[in-house]
Amino acid sequence: MTELLQQLINGLALGSILALIALGYTMVYGILRFINFAHGDLFMLGAFAGFYISPAVAAVLPGPSLGSGLVVLGLAMLICAVLGVVIERVAYRPLRRRPKLSVLITAIGISLFLENTGQLVFGATPKKFPEIIPVYPVLKFGGLSITSSQLIVLGVTLLLLIALRHIVLKTRMGMAMRALAFNPEAAALMGINTDWIVSFTFGLGSALAAAAGILFAIVYPSIDPLMGIMPGLKAFVAAVLGGIGNLPGAALGGILIGVTETLVAGYLSSTYRDAIAFGILILILLVKPSGLLGKKEIEKV
Amino acid sequence: MNIRHAKTFLLGALALGFLVSVVASHFNSYWLFITYDIAINIILAVSLNLINGYTGQFSLGHAGFMAVGAYTAAAITNQFGDLNPFAAGAVFSGALLAGGALAAGAGLLVGIPTLRLRGDYLAIVTLGFGEIIRVIFQNMQGVGGARGLSVAHGWTDFFWAFGAAAAAVYVVATLVHSTYGRGFLAVRDDEVAASAMGINPVRYKVTAFVVGAFFAGVAGGLYAHSKQFITPGGFNFMQSVSIVVMVILGGMGNTVGVILAAVLLTLLPEFLRPIAEYRMILYSLLLVVLMLARPQGLFTFRKQGDAK
Amino acid sequence: MQNFLAPIQHARGISLIAAAATLFLTVFLTGCDKPASTPGAATGPIKVGEFASMTGSEATFGQSSHEGTLLAVDHLNAAGGVLGRKMELLMEDDQSQAGQPATVVRKLIARDGVVAVLGEVASSRSLEAAPICQQSQIPMISPSSTNPKVTAVGDYIFRVCFIDPFQGTVMANFARHTLHLKKVAVLTDVKSDYSLGLAKFFKEGFIADGGAIVAEQNYSSGDKDFSAELTALKAVNPDGIFVPGYYTEVGLIALQAKQLGLNVPLLGGDGWESSSLIPIGGAALEGDYFSTHYSPEDTSPAVQDFVKAFRAKYNKIPDAMAALGYDSAMILADAMKRAGTTDGAKVRDALAAVKGFSGVTGKITMDADRNASKPAVILVIRDGQFKYVETVSP
Repeated sequence: MTELLQQLINGLALGSILALIALGYTMVYGILRFINFAHGDLFMLGAFAGFYISPAVAAVLPGPSLGSGLVVLGLAMLICAVLGVVIERVAYRPLRRRPKLSVLITAIGISLFLENTGQLVFGATPKKFPEIIPVYPVLKFGGLSITSSQLIVLGVTLLLLIALRHIVLKTRMGMAMRALAFNPEAAALMGINTDWIVSFTFGLGSALAAAAGILFAIVYPSIDPLMGIMPGLKAFVAAVLGGIGNLPGAALGGILIGVTETLVAGYLSSTYRDAIAFGILILILLVKPSGLLGKKEIEKV
Repeated sequence: MNIRHAKTFLLGALALGFLVSVVASHFNSYWLFITYDIAINIILAVSLNLINGYTGQFSLGHAGFMAVGAYTAAAITNQFGDLNPFAAGAVFSGALLAGGALAAGAGLLVGIPTLRLRGDYLAIVTLGFGEIIRVIFQNMQGVGGARGLSVAHGWTDFFWAFGAAAAAVYVVATLVHSTYGRGFLAVRDDEVAASAMGINPVRYKVTAFVVGAFFAGVAGGLYAHSKQFITPGGFNFMQSVSIVVMVILGGMGNTVGVILAAVLLTLLPEFLRPIAEYRMILYSLLLVVLMLARPQGLFTFRKQGDAK
Repeated sequence: MQNFLAPIQHARGISLIAAAATLFLTVFLTGCDKPASTPGAATGPIKVGEFASMTGSEATFGQSSHEGTLLAVDHLNAAGGVLGRKMELLMEDDQSQAGQPATVVRKLIARDGVVAVLGEVASSRSLEAAPICQQSQIPMISPSSTNPKVTAVGDYIFRVCFIDPFQGTVMANFARHTLHLKKVAVLTDVKSDYSLGLAKFFKEGFIADGGAIVAEQNYSSGDKDFSAELTALKAVNPDGIFVPGYYTEVGLIALQAKQLGLNVPLLGGDGWESSSLIPIGGAALEGDYFSTHYSPEDTSPAVQDFVKAFRAKYNKIPDAMAALGYDSAMILADAMKRAGTTDGAKVRDALAAVKGFSGVTGKITMDADRNASKPAVILVIRDGQFKYVETVSP
């Protein structure tokens, strides 16, 4: 029983990070109807941004403390938000009128570019991610262990989810985003500056990816330029599982994938771990393509 | 190209291939094996072109079919010791066909569930299938698992490689240019309209996957008997992406363009060896620039919609 | 644009045949391509080929290996070269990609005319290239491929590292007799040939010695989360865990094991050896053991000079791959000196006769299977450093 509970805790911690990445994916898809293949690499860049910023921050705000940790997080999110906006502007916007496949291929190209340039610039050897928040002793009770980092990750994910929900539902920007997701042409006719909203969405999604990257690096303090590939793919599956375009769905999907993967790896066979996410994807697309919380999309002719 | 040109190409290639393989030992082995790579890439690109270009099904898991063909063919030929040329030829052709057939089966397994999917989703699912196939081979201890499989016979030579390439081009070109073949383009252009016209999209999509997978399997078999060592890791997403790049560079739905792209993209890395560090970076930039500047591919001069 | 191309479109069939003709022309032209210099020529630099993964998923190992090899060539040339000639290292990147080793090794042999080939770290890539070297009668020395099959390809293929059977048994014996462990769990990297091989022989040795393998779990290189596997291992209460993987994952594995309350020693092989291990694993690695080639505490001048020179050139401490890369080049040079020529067959004979060669990775003797017979060193991690425990001779 203890083992099961521990595995559930493990799955929850892993799943919350996947949920954060999935949120970015689903937001972009909801508004732009395309999968940003490079999202996983923005996750990686967020972690590296944190790696390079933290010595500078530590010089001003000494020692690992919640404050300095938040500053590093914030700065990394900002950097990746800007990067996301730039990528959108340069590579995706010119293709807005073209068939979706062109954008997908471009996204693959950007993803490969970021990974390989990362290998060249950062080096291929994994680096130790510095301690930017204080590490409290592991909480142990009844044979179970939870690390403080895992709790913090859960907490921050929840906070970001609430913040995101607030932005999307309660602000004017959010309303514009929802209008754009619903019907781009009508939104433009209503006087909404489509380009602005798209840029903002991309920036927001990239910031979330960066946050996920920093949190991931706090829990698993080894970063390398290829670290975003598998989490990115799994987060995409999570977004589809929950219903692409649906924010709570993405979070739910992330948790489900994290828990399922952990349980299967722990109890059945960890050899097939990578294949599980894809198996779930194929299953959900066969059974309920609109996802667990999604609505059926009717194709108009 | 139309059917008549395809026939000429096929016969010419077979004859030339036979002649060259007879004198092959005089050639520098490095370049000779590069030409085998070219032939294999032509088969891969042309077969993927049937799925992606002509039928509009964006598949990112083509390397998986290649893997099935490679492992099947290798498993078969490894059962035999040294054989005289005629027996070797018979066994090799049998192994290649078996590899192709099993890969076609895999294509059926992938094609059917993906029937209702479009664009992005289809791409990711095919990627998933490709990865699942890789993981399966990684765990199949009978063929070496992650440690890889040695292929005892290096039977791939100029005749086999270019013969198979010519056959693949011939079959795909003939298929697409027949009256039946117009259906592929119809499905690509507008599936709903096509089914309204009485064309069964299911049949065309599945056919595209099965035929495309068959030739990918044959290419895999040729690959296995050229490199003489295969691992599951060699048939990963990156391999699928390189084939996709060839199809995009050549122009989706343009057989001649795709062939030229396959040749170019096999030779180019060899000439870029001095800057091999930057190869992948340049590759990825090429992809982006191509999509932005010339999405119809480098070698397409016609408007989209015309069959070639 | 359309009008301009109309005549070409008419002649599309011709353009196709033209393309085919160009292709065959290339083949014919390059068929007359002679290698840049005839191997075995008596003047000019000695060309030695190296193939390594400088880019791609295993770049960190290939780059390390190359750095060691390059340092060796620098040292050899600074000391006057080999047989009075400078050694020229021609390195090709195989991009961690299957299918590439065959191509680049063919290029090195057929086009660049190298007299010997050094490479590769990964057994699967060595296995791809070895038959080509064997057929061309070019000696090949692998710095760190551990699959026994590599040298079995033929008598021109050598290696300067342990093979799995030896290293696996070393740790199995150590676990049983020195640490007195009875129930051990094994955590293997299923994507790595090295890990699978080492795990297999450890298990055999440990069981043969009366121990029990209580659980086995797997992961893949590149994974960061091992909590699922470690939790499953914890449930069976092992005395220790054998983790025959690479330092890239071992650091995190140790960290997560301690976080889950799995306070048993971890054991491993030379894949652990890297200056990146302790920064990532930190205090969680205290009391863990692994087998490798040399101890950084080794005061022999050969090792100390090597470490100093490596730090001077690359500003980092050499890991096992770098040291083995260095030795592979040095042993080749030594064989050439003793053979008095760069002729493939004579160099091969000289390599097969290597006895007690003092490499930085230990005293190397080539056994009948062309594998390096040399003692292994067991290290423990204490106070954040690698410390020497004992030496195990073959």
